[in-house]
Amino acid sequence: MMPDALFAVTAAVLDAPALERAVVAAHGADASRTGAPGAGAVSTFVGLVRDQNLGRRVLRLDYEAYEPLAIRVFERIAGEAVVHWESIRLGIHHRIGPVAIGEASIVIVAVSAHRAEAFAAARYAIERVKQIAPIWKREYFEGGDVWIEGAVAAPDDLEARDKARRLACA
Amino acid sequence: MRVTVRLFAGLRDLAGTGELATEVATGATIADVWAGVVARHPALAPYGRSLSAARNLEYARLTAPVAEADEIAFLPPVSGG
Repeated sequence: MMPDALFAVTAAVLDAPALERAVVAAHGADASRTGAPGAGAVSTFVGLVRDQNLGRRVLRLDYEAYEPLAIRVFERIAGEAVVHWESIRLGIHHRIGPVAIGEASIVIVAVSAHRAEAFAAARYAIERVKQIAPIWKREYFEGGDVWIEGAVAAPDDLEARDKARRLACA
Repeated sequence: MRVTVRLFAGLRDLAGTGELATEVATGATIADVWAGVVARHPALAPYGRSLSAARNLEYARLTAPVAEADEIAFLPPVSGG
Protein backbone atom coordinates (compact mmCIF):
# COMPACT_ATOMS: atom_id res chain seq x y z
CA MET A 1 0.00 0.00 0.00
CA MET A 2 1.07 3.58 -0.62
CA PRO A 3 2.14 5.07 2.74
CA ASP A 4 -0.26 8.01 2.40
CA ALA A 5 -3.16 6.08 0.83
CA LEU A 6 -6.49 7.15 2.32
CA PHE A 7 -8.06 3.76 1.60
CA ALA A 8 -6.19 0.54 2.15
CA VAL A 9 -6.46 -3.13 2.93
CA THR A 10 -3.22 -4.34 4.42
CA ALA A 11 -1.57 -7.18 6.32
CA ALA A 12 0.60 -4.61 8.12
CA VAL A 13 -0.12 -3.33 11.63
CA LEU A 14 -2.42 -0.30 11.31
CA ASP A 15 -0.99 3.13 12.04
CA ALA A 16 -3.74 5.50 13.17
CA PRO A 17 -1.57 8.64 13.55
CA ALA A 18 -0.18 8.17 10.01
CA LEU A 19 -3.70 7.92 8.60
CA GLU A 20 -4.74 11.00 10.60
CA ARG A 21 -1.89 12.97 9.03
CA ALA A 22 -2.83 11.78 5.54
CA VAL A 23 -6.51 12.65 5.92
CA VAL A 24 -5.75 16.06 7.47
CA ALA A 25 -3.45 16.79 4.53
CA ALA A 26 -6.15 15.78 2.04
CA HIS A 27 -8.71 17.93 3.84
CA GLY A 28 -6.26 20.83 3.81
CA ALA A 29 -5.72 20.48 0.07
CA ASP A 30 -9.50 20.54 -0.49
CA ALA A 31 -9.89 23.60 1.71
CA SER A 32 -7.15 25.61 0.07
CA ARG A 33 -8.58 24.79 -3.36
CA THR A 34 -12.17 25.78 -2.50
CA GLY A 35 -11.60 28.45 0.12
CA ALA A 36 -13.63 26.41 2.63
CA PRO A 37 -12.57 26.39 6.28
CA GLY A 38 -9.60 24.18 7.12
CA ALA A 39 -9.60 21.26 9.52
CA GLY A 40 -10.99 21.88 12.99
CA ALA A 41 -11.69 18.32 14.06
CA VAL A 42 -10.29 14.83 13.66
CA SER A 43 -12.43 11.90 14.78
CA THR A 44 -10.68 8.54 14.74
CA PHE A 45 -12.39 5.20 15.26
CA VAL A 46 -10.17 2.22 15.96
CA GLY A 47 -11.81 -1.21 16.03
CA LEU A 48 -9.95 -3.77 18.16
CA VAL A 49 -10.12 -7.54 18.19
CA ARG A 50 -12.07 -8.39 21.35
CA ASP A 51 -11.32 -11.41 23.55
CA GLN A 52 -14.95 -12.56 23.73
CA ASN A 53 -17.77 -12.99 21.25
CA LEU A 54 -21.18 -14.58 21.84
CA GLY A 55 -19.92 -16.03 25.11
CA ARG A 56 -16.91 -17.65 23.44
CA ARG A 57 -13.32 -16.98 24.41
CA VAL A 58 -11.75 -15.64 21.22
CA LEU A 59 -8.12 -16.49 20.48
CA ARG A 60 -7.61 -14.44 17.31
CA LEU A 61 -9.32 -13.39 14.11
CA ASP A 62 -8.25 -13.98 10.54
CA TYR A 63 -9.54 -11.42 8.04
CA GLU A 64 -9.99 -11.94 4.32
CA ALA A 65 -10.97 -9.29 1.77
CA TYR A 66 -11.78 -9.01 -1.89
CA GLU A 67 -9.18 -6.30 -1.91
CA PRO A 68 -9.78 -4.25 -5.08
CA LEU A 69 -13.52 -4.17 -4.47
CA ALA A 70 -12.97 -3.31 -0.79
CA ILE A 71 -10.95 -0.25 -1.80
CA ARG A 72 -13.70 0.84 -4.17
CA VAL A 73 -16.29 0.35 -1.44
CA PHE A 74 -14.24 2.50 0.96
CA GLU A 75 -14.14 5.21 -1.71
CA ARG A 76 -17.88 4.85 -2.20
CA ILE A 77 -18.50 5.24 1.55
CA ALA A 78 -16.38 8.41 1.55
CA GLY A 79 -18.45 9.71 -1.36
CA GLU A 80 -21.67 8.98 0.52
CA ALA A 81 -20.34 10.80 3.58
CA VAL A 82 -19.67 13.93 1.54
CA VAL A 83 -23.34 13.94 0.50
CA HIS A 84 -24.38 13.95 4.17
CA TRP A 85 -21.63 16.12 5.64
CA GLU A 86 -20.14 18.70 3.36
CA SER A 87 -16.36 19.10 3.44
CA ILE A 88 -15.79 15.82 5.28
CA ARG A 89 -12.67 13.85 4.40
CA LEU A 90 -12.46 10.16 5.30
CA GLY A 91 -9.69 7.61 5.47
CA ILE A 92 -10.27 3.89 6.01
CA HIS A 93 -7.60 1.25 6.59
CA HIS A 94 -8.58 -2.37 7.22
CA ARG A 95 -6.26 -5.12 8.32
CA ILE A 96 -6.26 -8.59 6.71
CA GLY A 97 -4.65 -11.86 7.73
CA PRO A 98 -4.27 -12.97 11.35
CA VAL A 99 -4.99 -10.26 13.93
CA ALA A 100 -4.29 -10.81 17.62
CA ILE A 101 -6.55 -9.88 20.53
CA GLY A 102 -6.19 -6.18 21.30
CA GLU A 103 -4.80 -5.30 17.88
CA ALA A 104 -6.62 -2.94 15.53
CA SER A 105 -8.61 -4.50 12.70
CA ILE A 106 -9.79 -1.17 11.31
CA VAL A 107 -8.95 2.52 11.57
CA ILE A 108 -11.36 5.16 10.31
CA VAL A 109 -10.39 8.83 10.33
CA ALA A 110 -12.87 11.62 9.65
CA VAL A 111 -11.64 15.19 9.29
CA SER A 112 -13.85 18.25 9.01
CA ALA A 113 -14.06 21.87 9.97
CA HIS A 114 -16.25 21.11 12.99
CA ARG A 115 -16.54 18.23 15.46
CA ALA A 116 -20.17 17.28 14.86
CA GLU A 117 -19.51 16.26 11.26
CA ALA A 118 -16.31 14.43 12.13
CA PHE A 119 -17.95 12.35 14.88
CA ALA A 120 -20.98 11.58 12.72
CA ALA A 121 -19.03 10.66 9.61
CA ALA A 122 -16.71 8.31 11.50
CA ARG A 123 -19.72 6.46 12.94
CA TYR A 124 -21.42 6.41 9.56
CA ALA A 125 -18.33 4.95 7.93
CA ILE A 126 -17.94 2.05 10.37
CA GLU A 127 -21.64 1.16 10.04
CA ARG A 128 -21.33 1.19 6.24
CA VAL A 129 -18.14 -0.88 6.31
CA LYS A 130 -20.01 -3.50 8.31
CA GLN A 131 -22.90 -3.40 5.86
CA ILE A 132 -21.17 -3.45 2.48
CA ALA A 133 -17.37 -3.92 2.56
CA PRO A 134 -16.36 -7.29 1.02
CA ILE A 135 -14.39 -8.37 4.07
CA TRP A 136 -14.85 -11.44 6.26
CA LYS A 137 -13.51 -12.49 9.63
CA ARG A 138 -12.81 -16.05 10.66
CA GLU A 139 -13.00 -16.37 14.41
CA TYR A 140 -10.66 -18.77 16.18
CA PHE A 141 -12.07 -19.47 19.61
CA GLU A 142 -11.51 -22.01 22.35
CA GLY A 143 -12.93 -25.17 20.83
CA GLY A 144 -13.12 -24.28 17.16
CA ASP A 145 -13.23 -21.73 14.41
CA VAL A 146 -15.96 -20.29 12.25
CA TRP A 147 -16.57 -17.73 9.52
CA ILE A 148 -18.59 -14.84 10.90
CA GLU A 149 -21.38 -13.91 8.50
CA GLY A 150 -23.14 -10.63 9.10
CA ALA A 151 -24.87 -8.43 6.55
CA VAL A 152 -25.80 -9.36 3.00
CA ALA A 153 -23.90 -6.65 1.13
CA ALA A 154 -26.32 -4.51 -0.88
CA PRO A 155 -24.81 -1.07 -1.50
CA ASP A 156 -27.93 0.31 -3.16
CA ASP A 157 -30.18 -0.64 -0.24
CA LEU A 158 -31.30 2.84 0.83
CA GLU A 159 -32.84 1.53 4.03
CA ALA A 160 -29.46 0.25 5.23
CA ARG A 161 -27.81 3.51 4.26
CA ASP A 162 -30.48 5.41 6.13
CA LYS A 163 -29.98 3.23 9.20
CA ALA A 164 -26.26 4.04 9.16
CA ARG A 165 -27.06 7.74 8.92
CA ARG A 166 -29.53 7.56 11.81
CA LEU A 167 -26.97 5.78 13.99
CA ALA A 168 -24.39 8.39 13.05
CA CYS A 169 -26.65 11.25 14.09
CA ALA A 170 -28.13 9.65 17.22
CA MET B 1 -18.44 -17.80 -23.30
CA ARG B 2 -15.93 -18.08 -20.54
CA VAL B 3 -16.01 -16.15 -17.27
CA THR B 4 -13.80 -16.24 -14.19
CA VAL B 5 -15.55 -16.88 -10.89
CA ARG B 6 -14.12 -15.71 -7.59
CA LEU B 7 -15.28 -17.15 -4.28
CA PHE B 8 -14.54 -15.83 -0.81
CA ALA B 9 -14.57 -16.89 2.84
CA GLY B 10 -17.14 -19.61 3.53
CA LEU B 11 -17.89 -20.04 -0.17
CA ARG B 12 -14.22 -20.59 -0.96
CA ASP B 13 -13.84 -23.11 1.84
CA LEU B 14 -16.89 -25.12 0.74
CA ALA B 15 -15.83 -25.13 -2.91
CA GLY B 16 -12.21 -25.89 -2.07
CA THR B 17 -11.05 -23.15 -4.42
CA GLY B 18 -11.18 -19.38 -4.64
CA GLU B 19 -11.18 -19.15 -8.40
CA LEU B 20 -12.62 -21.18 -11.23
CA ALA B 21 -13.27 -20.70 -14.91
CA THR B 22 -16.72 -21.58 -16.16
CA GLU B 23 -18.57 -21.66 -19.47
CA VAL B 24 -21.97 -20.00 -19.79
CA ALA B 25 -24.28 -19.46 -22.73
CA THR B 26 -24.45 -16.16 -24.58
CA GLY B 27 -27.00 -13.94 -22.83
CA ALA B 28 -26.37 -15.56 -19.45
CA THR B 29 -26.90 -13.63 -16.23
CA ILE B 30 -24.96 -13.68 -12.98
CA ALA B 31 -27.67 -15.99 -11.62
CA ASP B 32 -26.87 -18.43 -14.44
CA VAL B 33 -23.19 -18.32 -13.49
CA TRP B 34 -24.15 -19.06 -9.88
CA ALA B 35 -26.31 -22.00 -11.01
CA GLY B 36 -23.29 -23.39 -12.86
CA VAL B 37 -21.10 -23.02 -9.77
CA VAL B 38 -23.70 -24.73 -7.56
CA ALA B 39 -23.98 -27.58 -10.09
CA ARG B 40 -20.26 -28.22 -9.61
CA HIS B 41 -20.27 -27.52 -5.87
CA PRO B 42 -23.72 -28.42 -4.47
CA ALA B 43 -22.64 -27.55 -0.91
CA LEU B 44 -22.84 -23.86 -1.91
CA ALA B 45 -26.57 -24.02 -2.64
CA PRO B 46 -27.79 -22.69 0.75
CA TYR B 47 -25.85 -19.47 0.15
CA GLY B 48 -28.20 -18.64 -2.73
CA ARG B 49 -30.50 -17.04 -0.15
CA SER B 50 -27.90 -14.63 1.22
CA LEU B 51 -25.67 -13.95 -1.74
CA SER B 52 -24.07 -10.79 -3.06
CA ALA B 53 -22.30 -10.63 -6.39
CA ALA B 54 -19.86 -8.35 -8.13
CA ARG B 55 -19.09 -8.10 -11.84
CA ASN B 56 -15.69 -6.68 -12.78
CA LEU B 57 -15.25 -5.02 -9.37
CA GLU B 58 -18.72 -3.46 -9.18
CA TYR B 59 -21.54 -4.85 -7.07
CA ALA B 60 -24.16 -6.21 -9.44
CA ARG B 61 -27.61 -7.75 -9.26
CA LEU B 62 -28.02 -11.45 -9.95
CA THR B 63 -30.19 -10.51 -12.91
CA ALA B 64 -27.34 -8.57 -14.57
CA PRO B 65 -25.99 -10.00 -17.83
CA VAL B 66 -22.40 -11.22 -18.08
CA ALA B 67 -19.93 -10.92 -20.95
CA GLU B 68 -16.95 -12.89 -22.19
CA ALA B 69 -13.95 -12.73 -19.83
CA ASP B 70 -15.89 -11.10 -17.00
CA GLU B 71 -14.74 -11.61 -13.41
CA ILE B 72 -17.80 -12.60 -11.41
CA ALA B 73 -17.38 -12.69 -7.63
CA PHE B 74 -19.80 -14.34 -5.23
CA LEU B 75 -19.77 -12.99 -1.70
CA PRO B 76 -21.23 -14.54 1.44
CA PRO B 77 -22.60 -12.15 4.09
CA VAL B 78 -19.82 -9.76 5.07
CA SER B 79 -18.26 -9.27 8.51
CA GLY B 80 -15.61 -6.58 8.24
CA GLY B 81 -14.84 -4.00 10.88
